[in-house]
Amino acid sequence: MRLTRTLEERLVALYRQTKVVGGLFRSLGQEADAVGTAYALERRDILSPLIRNLGAMLVKGATPVEILKQYMAKGDSPTRGRELNIHFGDTERGFIGQISPLGDMVPVMAGVTLTFKIRHESRVGLVYVGDGATSTGAFHEGINFAAVQRCPLVVIVENNGYAYSTPIAKQTAAKQFVDKAIGYGIPGEQADGNDVLAVYDVTKRAVDRARRGEGVTLVELMTYRRKGHAEHDNQSYVPAGEIERWERENDPITRYVARLTSEFDFSTSDIEAVDESVRRVVDDATDIAERSGPPEPLDALVGVYADPPASSPLWFRDGSGSVVEVHERPEGWGTYNTPGEKH
Amino acid sequence: MAEITYLEAIREALFEEMERDVNVMCLGEDIGAYGGAFKVTDGLLDTFGETRVIDSPISEIAIVGAAAGAAHMGMRPVVEMQFIDFMANAYDMLTNYVATARYRAFLPCPMVVRGPSGGYVRGGPFHSQNPEAGFIHTPGLKVVYPSTAQDAKGLMKSAIRDDDCVLFFEHKYLYRRIKAEMPAGDHIVPIGKARIAREGRDLSIITYAATVWKALDAADQLEKEDGLSVEIVDLRSLAPLDDDAVQATVRKTNRVLIVHEDTRTGGLAGEITARINESSFAWLDAPVLRVTAHDVPLPYAPSLEDYVLPQTADIVRAARTLAAY
Repeated sequence: MRLTRTLEERLVALYRQTKVVGGLFRSLGQEADAVGTAYALERRDILSPLIRNLGAMLVKGATPVEILKQYMAKGDSPTRGRELNIHFGDTERGFIGQISPLGDMVPVMAGVTLTFKIRHESRVGLVYVGDGATSTGAFHEGINFAAVQRCPLVVIVENNGYAYSTPIAKQTAAKQFVDKAIGYGIPGEQADGNDVLAVYDVTKRAVDRARRGEGVTLVELMTYRRKGHAEHDNQSYVPAGEIERWERENDPITRYVARLTSEFDFSTSDIEAVDESVRRVVDDATDIAERSGPPEPLDALVGVYADPPASSPLWFRDGSGSVVEVHERPEGWGTYNTPGEKH
Repeated sequence: MAEITYLEAIREALFEEMERDVNVMCLGEDIGAYGGAFKVTDGLLDTFGETRVIDSPISEIAIVGAAAGAAHMGMRPVVEMQFIDFMANAYDMLTNYVATARYRAFLPCPMVVRGPSGGYVRGGPFHSQNPEAGFIHTPGLKVVYPSTAQDAKGLMKSAIRDDDCVLFFEHKYLYRRIKAEMPAGDHIVPIGKARIAREGRDLSIITYAATVWKALDAADQLEKEDGLSVEIVDLRSLAPLDDDAVQATVRKTNRVLIVHEDTRTGGLAGEITARINESSFAWLDAPVLRVTAHDVPLPYAPSLEDYVLPQTADIVRAARTLAAY
């Protein structure tokens, strides 16, 4: 959680220096959801994060250097500058990159976990959606398909109160998202998303059910998005005082630190040592990431297909000349007006 | 060997590929116990079992998305759209997710989306469409649309073995109307290669799918009544397009008619015309002409459908205009 927050804070600094090329998406205040759920998985399991699940990717082995290079669109970033922010994956390490259309990863993860089932592999998949994505057709079709097929899939609905500017009251008439599980004939559980240990426990139960062959579970995690949709969003739609109240009373890191010191014998200096080591990791990663250059433009044409492996530059771009410029003509061209001669 | 229909040729390819590779699986609505709305997958369930032949809910987004996820994990799913018209329901999944997977995330996505397409069958607006143009326009997808039973089998086998997503359009008018003997052995037709359906000297018709047969009828008539020698190029693959075959026929006959059953505006004929303009303009003796469907949803009544879709008489008339230019 500390690494997630410190890394995002570093990204904010880089964003303000215009070194982050695109938008910046924060998970401030909801780090426990991503981290607690990811720790409930085994190494061989696969998850698919959403935009506020940087922490889940870090647990699965994504490195701060990769994240920083990706945000800064470096040529040696995980997607070689093709995709934004945390949109990348690595099936070996167990995470599959999301795309921007919301809900789409639910059917995809249904297919991933269907394969686990077909091959009798003891593996589980986990997919995150926000409160907003539950309104999409892809979410509905995907979770229903996975439920019917009893795929070993855990669906995490991260309820952080807002989808961009839209509050949950305008997203659904359901009292709570966990109620949707009933309609799909699957178990649903709700937990305090800002209590990392509760998040771990509820996810672990769902993961265990999936691994036992008992199919899909929907887990609703109650949390709160303290930053805007992205860094540019001034959150004008949020009632006054709401953000400050969550920050003051219900910060997941503050809560976890309190438990570590009160229940698990951690001292203040232990905590400070963790914070200091995280800072060092992020500093070093920033130095490394900043040294990389942008991708070579020609790389943009590589790898749309396995075959052909690359597209050719268009004539007006590489200066090779079109047929017009090279004056390619059939034999006899230009004798059109000569009577009796077929050109 | 006995002759088999276009439909049976597709089924034979599915059987052979599922026998050859345990990772090949089928997914779709009513494809298992019922054998599919047109019976293309009939018998697959009995042979390969319900882990490899999966009856799905009515969820085009889910079956295309699940196929992609399974493909990432090393499976080779073949998804049936009960009618190709319903592929529009999965447009986001195909264009935003599947088509970009290799490029943006280096994720392999070897899968086939297949289904009955096309008109001339009184199917009305939602059981007659030819929606290939939108997908040809999407980098990352391959599109094939065979016109013969042999090509249907050979292209299906290539599509299943291809390491990217192939959209496999099957013309339902041809399902049971045409038959052919299959070449012996592992019959493969490469994706991206056109076929000369008829050799000719005076003008070229570039087409694909059911209108190949209408063009052949037109060519017979033009030869008999006008003494015209018509070359017919059956594209077979629409993406990637066999540009060499297109330019070769232009440079051979110098007059080109493009025929497709799809609607006119934004259809493939426009793209082919542009490519001819760029590469072989100086070889043309006449403007490139198009015979296509009219730009309307496809109506149900025979008098209406026949009016909207390209017919043999339309091709004959356009070819005569072209020859006389």
